[in-house]
Amino acid sequence: MELPDIDWQLAIDSFWPLLRGGLTGTIPLTLASFTVGLALALMLALMRISGNRLLAGVARAYISVIRGTPLLVQLFVIFFGLPSIGVTIDPWPSAVIAFSMNVGGYAAEVIRAAILSVPKGQWEAGYTIGMSRGQTLRRLILPQAARVSVPPLSNTFISLVKDTSLASLILVTEMFRVAQEVAAFSREFMLLYVEAAVIYWVFCLVLSTVQDRLERRLDRYVAR
Amino acid sequence: MSPVDPAPAATLTDPLLRVSGLKKSFGDNEVLRSIDLSVQAGQVLALVGPSGSGKTTVLRCLNGLEQPDAGTVEFSEGPAVSFTAKTTRREKESLRTRSAMVFQGYNLFPHKTVLQNVTEGPIQVQKRPKAEAIAEAERLLERVGLAEKRDDYPHQLSGGQQQRVGIVRALAQQPALLLFDEPTSALDPELVGDVLTVIKELAEEGWTMVLVTHELAFAREVADTVVFMDGGVVVEQGPAQDVLRAPKQERTRAFVHRLLNPF
Repeated sequence: MELPDIDWQLAIDSFWPLLRGGLTGTIPLTLASFTVGLALALMLALMRISGNRLLAGVARAYISVIRGTPLLVQLFVIFFGLPSIGVTIDPWPSAVIAFSMNVGGYAAEVIRAAILSVPKGQWEAGYTIGMSRGQTLRRLILPQAARVSVPPLSNTFISLVKDTSLASLILVTEMFRVAQEVAAFSREFMLLYVEAAVIYWVFCLVLSTVQDRLERRLDRYVAR
Repeated sequence: MSPVDPAPAATLTDPLLRVSGLKKSFGDNEVLRSIDLSVQAGQVLALVGPSGSGKTTVLRCLNGLEQPDAGTVEFSEGPAVSFTAKTTRREKESLRTRSAMVFQGYNLFPHKTVLQNVTEGPIQVQKRPKAEAIAEAERLLERVGLAEKRDDYPHQLSGGQQQRVGIVRALAQQPALLLFDEPTSALDPELVGDVLTVIKELAEEGWTMVLVTHELAFAREVADTVVFMDGGVVVEQGPAQDVLRAPKQERTRAFVHRLLNPF
């Protein structure tokens, strides 16, 4: 192994393109996929606890497929596979679809567990003050489930930030794609990939801080 | 103590609540084997009996938290539900428009302040004006001595305080009937008195109540009618003094004796 001779000028010159890749690629991709994925997850979780066997079965099958197949394969099926049956989707929407579907499958189980962790007496208290099931769920159960699901959902979110690098393989210009392009051009693979890794890491550090704050905010009603 | 809330006029001929033929099984376990009850407006009915006798199940059938297999639950000015296997959720929910419940484990909403716990039903369900609901809630909290706790969260209160909030939450719905499910069973002994005092005051003000309790001395003092249940049937019912002081049935006598002489 030879000691690295760091090309600091390249590190500085490439920093802005990489960061821009993060800000215009990685972050919007993550936010869009997580938002859609969370909505999907909530729907799937409610289907699973609905008591309707058909709905529950559909949700269970979906979750099983998503969790049982690699994300990269899901991404390729949507971007490279669908065109052969006449459905062509651009890189960006393909990535959002694949990532949201994936987040939906994982987060559904988190949300379902969080809903089930709220004591039955809370539902009953809602019913006896005259609330419907929907009202009880929305106003009493979900806010309490939200508190429980913040740590595991943050995990999903942080994984997603890093998983978006897979979108580079379907030509989405996000941070890792930029790193690859600069590396191919400059032949400085080590420098560019470590630089990208550092920026991913900083993104995730920031997210962890946000998670802490959110937990503390939601903790205000919990006995310590 | 401020004067009476919606003072229910006692009409002796027409019971506020009439229950007949109530049956309920959990699997093979027949918990209720045809229960008949009636509660006059302004009356306090205490359900007593050994654990597993079905008294809590009766209470939970009155507001549809449990669905009886058969029987009717009928309020004098509606709703009335005749239970069958086909009874819809909507029908069950209709029973909850006339009653409110106080739980053994309080079941306050932990993510809402005391005041929000109390106003949740009036504002979200009954759609009463916010200012009016808040003023009413403050008045009710004041009378149970918790006015200064309005912005606390439930976990900041003692068990006795939480249960008084539970009672206020029920009162805020202005129900025709108050249901109490062993309201003091989860409390430390020294906190029981505060809660019983509040319930007694409500009884004196003329609220109609059905109360599941293990506190026989309290039942004797507060209840007009005592219903002794065992094994899913009503063994004996009548004026509190009679049933608890001079029970006619052997099973009632044994139960009362056991509770009064635990050692």
